[in-house]
Amino acid sequence: MAQITVNGQQLEWEEGMTVNRVLEKMNYSWRLLVIKVNGTLIKKEAWNESKVPPGAEVSVFHLLSGG
Amino acid sequence: MDKFSAELYAGYDPVLLEAWRNATVGIAGAGGLGSNAAIALARAGIGKLIIADYDNVSASNLTRQQYFQNQIGLPKVAALQDTLRRINPSTYVSAYPSRVTPVNLDSIFGKATILIEAFDDAGEKEMLIETWQSLFPQRYIIAASGIAGVGKNELIKIEQSGTLFIVGDGVSEVEPGILPISARVAVVANMQANLCLEILAGKRQ
Repeated sequence: MAQITVNGQQLEWEEGMTVNRVLEKMNYSWRLLVIKVNGTLIKKEAWNESKVPPGAEVSVFHLLSGG
Repeated sequence: MDKFSAELYAGYDPVLLEAWRNATVGIAGAGGLGSNAAIALARAGIGKLIIADYDNVSASNLTRQQYFQNQIGLPKVAALQDTLRRINPSTYVSAYPSRVTPVNLDSIFGKATILIEAFDDAGEKEMLIETWQSLFPQRYIIAASGIAGVGKNELIKIEQSGTLFIVGDGVSEVEPGILPISARVAVVANMQANLCLEILAGKRQ
């Protein structure tokens, strides 16, 4: 069974899996995120279409106000 | 090198100094993170800093930002430029009293090889990271997320994906009406500056 890695955790890969589907499966509800798939940034407007390949390394960063 | 610079850098590592003098670093935001990071980078000997912030210095900034009473009312970038010149006149500072947007980011920071994200608002942080990584995927950006409160030193960490670094604890958000506190915001700012110097020295990828 193909897997992907999301912030170091294993997740089962699905046919046609999008970035949004990954967020849903991980139950991430954070408001402001930056997402990289295999080191490449995926812009927010592309999360609904952008496909995550099997074996992908996904990094989800949570942005918090304060500076 | 002029006489003052020769004295300033007497006993300094010449290899590091060369790498840092030739560098151009961008700092987006000149509040608690940006003003502290800028001072560390100018003292270390960075050749050129590009700093953008649209805000003016106010009294409440002095609890944590590197400004002084006689600078209240001045544009932050002008006040910071003056302070940096008083520390190290050989660090050239380009100051932009502007709001950074996806449209002007390239014209403000296009010459920087590393960008330090030092905004306050999470939405602005997201915009800056997305725009920079789309324009320049090979150039580093060092952001901050989770700086609020006091103590909790052990929670502060660095996360990396490719050319993106994020420093902070990832959980402590500044709540509306509650300001960051001097020591913890300076710790994170100096971790951003430290990482920037490490990358420029070729000691980290």
